[in-house]
Amino acid sequence: MLDFFQQTAGFDIGETGLMLFDASQPLWRAWLVGLGNTLRVAVPALLWASALGLVLALGQLSPVGLWRRLSRVLVEVHRNTPLLLQLFIWYFLLVTWLPESTEAWPLLPGVWLSKGGLSFPWWVLDDDGLRQWSVPAQGAFNVSGGGAVTPEYLALLIALSHYTAAFLAEVIRAGLQSVPHSLLEAADTLGATRWQRITRVWLPQAWRAVLPPATSQYLNLVKNSSLAVAIGYPDLVSVGNTALNQTGQVWWCLGTMMAVYLSLSWGIAAAMGHFQRVHGQRGGLA
Amino acid sequence: MSRGSAGTRALQLLTAGVLAWGLWHLLGWGLWRAEFRPDAAACQALAHAGACWGVVSAKAGTLLWGLPHDGAWWQPASWQGLPLTLGVGLVSYVCSWPLAVALALARRSHWRALAWSASAVIETVRGAPLVIWLFMAAFLLPRLLPTPDSLSLAARVMLVMSVFSAAYLAEVCRAGLQTVPAAQREAADTLGLGWVGTQWRIVWPQALRNVLPALTSHAIGLLKDTSLITIVGLHELTGGLGLSLGGDPVWRPFYFEAYLFIGAVYALMCTALAALGRWLEARWPAIAG
Repeated sequence: MLDFFQQTAGFDIGETGLMLFDASQPLWRAWLVGLGNTLRVAVPALLWASALGLVLALGQLSPVGLWRRLSRVLVEVHRNTPLLLQLFIWYFLLVTWLPESTEAWPLLPGVWLSKGGLSFPWWVLDDDGLRQWSVPAQGAFNVSGGGAVTPEYLALLIALSHYTAAFLAEVIRAGLQSVPHSLLEAADTLGATRWQRITRVWLPQAWRAVLPPATSQYLNLVKNSSLAVAIGYPDLVSVGNTALNQTGQVWWCLGTMMAVYLSLSWGIAAAMGHFQRVHGQRGGLA
Repeated sequence: MSRGSAGTRALQLLTAGVLAWGLWHLLGWGLWRAEFRPDAAACQALAHAGACWGVVSAKAGTLLWGLPHDGAWWQPASWQGLPLTLGVGLVSYVCSWPLAVALALARRSHWRALAWSASAVIETVRGAPLVIWLFMAAFLLPRLLPTPDSLSLAARVMLVMSVFSAAYLAEVCRAGLQTVPAAQREAADTLGLGWVGTQWRIVWPQALRNVLPALTSHAIGLLKDTSLITIVGLHELTGGLGLSLGGDPVWRPFYFEAYLFIGAVYALMCTALAALGRWLEARWPAIAG
């Protein structure tokens, strides 16, 4: 086992996030970079999907007809086409319609978007190996300085979060609809504003019903991040696939991917189960 | 219900404005300025200011059915495009049913070892992404088979997709079985229906009816999941697009329109499945209680 993980990787990884990696390092570090890349895209996608899902759920239950119809259409479009196709479309749009990196769009001061990806202020290592805060600037050939994510990362982040948001919207909507209407009327009677009614009564009551199905959507998101391999974002499965081609050790490579994903899935499921047992039964509805 | 503070009304106006602006541009691009004839020169003259639906009229054949090939039509190895999508989807769906029923019954069995094994299978299959299972079909299965060529890639992928689908379907079935009150089973036993009769006539019809919406979602999910087989090199509907347009310098610039067309084909199939589900729900009324 040690032999497999300690052999020299022999391949480079295009995007290593917060880690440093080159082909001469041992294979276990490549796996770690892959896992880091999976989490680096899955965690922000999870947060963004939750926010979007909540907005779409509230939109579908809104008294405003326009919002209801708009949310409904967005949810249906995303749920009724394969995630892989959506990923291809986002990736195609990003690498086709974004400006060249010689003339990147300045989105915010120090934030640039181009075919080269998204650059933003971040710490970088200077020549003495010290961490320095760096703001990217447009140069003659590209945007340099700060941190950057590739178009592959952006496409995966957008596709994953939008797709999951559509499913979360349905889960959250069902949860919101499970709250008895009398509670909302009581809030009205007590003179709550519409905003207070949502944030103080509706959401706190609904989340217990939402949590179990939402967990399964979060797990789907983490598993779906493996579609990265289709557009060449070096997530765990992508790195594993490269390692498989490089070493030819099918059992070890597939076994490692499996082991990591099963630990992630079972770990998250167990943690959510525990969380539910601790919080789910307290209070609740009469 | 308190309807509309000033802030809400402003937000409504803003959404309406943005939506109108978006629709205006979308219709302009997709309809008024669009080119529908398979005329490559006219499409290029548009310079993407309007959609080139001509790519669909010109390439619909290869987009849907794949490139011409030598293989006989009845060999799954030669399938591409929509037939491959539907073939893999349908074969996996049909094959996953018996396995799912067995897994669901096993997981509810009183025999602990059996229940535990079924749980292990289901949770392992569901715990890892489909891409990894497809890699197993592509790289690992040939090593396990007596001769590497005894099953084609398409057949191996169907095998893996069937097991994958069955693990999810088993959980839907199990949820359905849990909705059937024990009294139903006891009554059937008392009437002397026997185990098979009880399951076939009393338990499963009610169980499946109670989870019909989840069964529909599962089928739609499987149909969409077939797109992933392109990752291991089978050019179904999604992956066939690259095959159809990638080597065609004339129509290659109009990938986006072709993607939208493929998306519409999927949306049509998924909507049809959803409608079938609703029709079944109406045809097969739920038994109250």
